[in-house]
Amino acid sequence: MTATARTARPLPAGTGATARPGRSSTPADAVLLLIGASFLLPLLWLILASLDTRAGHELQFPAAPGLGNFAAIATPELLLRPLWNSAVLSGGTAAVTLVAAVLAAYPLSRYSSRFNRPFMYTILFGTCLPITAIMVPVYGLFVQFELLDSMPATILFMATTALPMAIWMTRNFMDGVPVSLEEAAWVDGASRMTALRTIVLPLMKQGLGVVFIFVFIQAWGNFFVPFVLLLSEARQPAAVSIFSFFGQHGAVAYGQLAAFSMVYSLPVLALYVIVARGGGSSFALSGAVRG
Amino acid sequence: MPVPAAARQLIRYLPVLPAVLLLLVFLAGPVFWAFNASFTNAGLTGRSARDPSWVGLDNYQRLLADPVFPLSLLLTVMFVAGSAVLGQNLLGLVLALLMRRARPAVSAVVGTTVVAAWVLPEIVAAFAAYAYFSGDGTLNQLLRVLGLGGQDWLYAFPMMAIMLANVWRGTAFSMLVYRAALNDVPAEVTEAAQMDGAHGWQRLAFITLPMIRGSITTNLMLVTLQTLAVFTLVWVMTAGGPANASTTLPVLAYLEAFKFGDIGYGTAVASVLILIGAAFGLVYIRLLKDSRS
Repeated sequence: MTATARTARPLPAGTGATARPGRSSTPADAVLLLIGASFLLPLLWLILASLDTRAGHELQFPAAPGLGNFAAIATPELLLRPLWNSAVLSGGTAAVTLVAAVLAAYPLSRYSSRFNRPFMYTILFGTCLPITAIMVPVYGLFVQFELLDSMPATILFMATTALPMAIWMTRNFMDGVPVSLEEAAWVDGASRMTALRTIVLPLMKQGLGVVFIFVFIQAWGNFFVPFVLLLSEARQPAAVSIFSFFGQHGAVAYGQLAAFSMVYSLPVLALYVIVARGGGSSFALSGAVRG
Repeated sequence: MPVPAAARQLIRYLPVLPAVLLLLVFLAGPVFWAFNASFTNAGLTGRSARDPSWVGLDNYQRLLADPVFPLSLLLTVMFVAGSAVLGQNLLGLVLALLMRRARPAVSAVVGTTVVAAWVLPEIVAAFAAYAYFSGDGTLNQLLRVLGLGGQDWLYAFPMMAIMLANVWRGTAFSMLVYRAALNDVPAEVTEAAQMDGAHGWQRLAFITLPMIRGSITTNLMLVTLQTLAVFTLVWVMTAGGPANASTTLPVLAYLEAFKFGDIGYGTAVASVLILIGAAFGLVYIRLLKDSRS
């Protein structure tokens, strides 16, 4: 973790061990397990219901566990198209965010100017605005400029909402790459942007991966933004199609709903595991929360 | 120097331009559009949609006269205070503290479970919470096992159910922040206090908590802002009902604008929410600046 910005001390792994040996206590174990169990219960329903073709609201072991629900939803319109839309939406959002964030972070990290601090605080202020509150005005704006139901416009909007946090994190990661490495390249006649591409970015690969994955996870899980901005079924991502599915088949197909939820959640769970493996969750948190 | 210093400075900062443009068009734009539209009678359809007219402070006067708005404001305050400031924040701290004393395997398993509820897409978490609190859901099954009578929680105590669901959903964030913070407290400090005869609670109150003060403030601000913006959880669980009993401000803004087609009034509600968020944001940045200088 050489790219850890500013904080020189190593950061702990996400969910790894932190208790020192010999200090483990049984009461703490018991309380923790109890809390953990209550966190697990709502999730348990999802898992069990997805394997039960006759699932309802109640938590029960399926009489005949099987993959019937998964088979029922495995059609192009129901599953593949919404997932593909989600992938395009989240991938596009993460890519746009990352490019804009890297470009913005470079001068902020490399030059000292009176402009930097006010800009970073304004950016931080941007992360504080409740995005759900601006959805009504954004809808109005999209109507006025005839951008409603446009995938590129929705991607640009989602990228913008992720941008303040991404710039903040990217700059912190970039601060961790010593300037001296670039100076050698400048002597060789490389331009600033070439040095950024060939020297700085490869050295902060891990940080860039974390930013990309975090933006991707957020966009993948976002329901409200596509719910308001994307109207036609052909463009809706899984988050929205799953909601209309719930509305149409609400009373009957809880098993299918749970199965759909599982398939839809799997990619972000996998991505999170990848980030957390490298101690990434607290790594990213430190990029985000600490200045 | 062939290029004047000011021009060079400008060229250097050119790469910031795409980000600034995006932020101006898609973030600052809507905010100003909101304040502007909240003074008009803009509608979703019909004449007022094509050609909204200026109505001055009418929408804000309506807000004050509308019995739903104060209720909604109160519900939002309850929601934030109960589920973020108290619920997520305290439970996150307790979890982080317990994890330092528990066996590593236990703390890893519990940590993963808590984080799972947070990493799941919000709509999936909302479905799970909906099923959990519904009439024949898991919570009532549990209560029946304990010999207690069940309720339809989403009808009888909608706000309570949503608050608990939000604690379940969001505690992981506070837990991760506090785990990172506690790991930065040098072991020598607490050990020295232990040598001096400080008990567990005394060490916590006089050594550990003051040392992670900065993280506590940061976390409080961030969970407040996150919870202020929660929409999906409420929308899926109760859609603001029954009879506005769980209509928090984001839900009210949505309902007014899209269900009742009154964009002008909806943006007035949204503007209030933006102002509350902005006020918290300014306080947060003030605190952050102070802690750095």
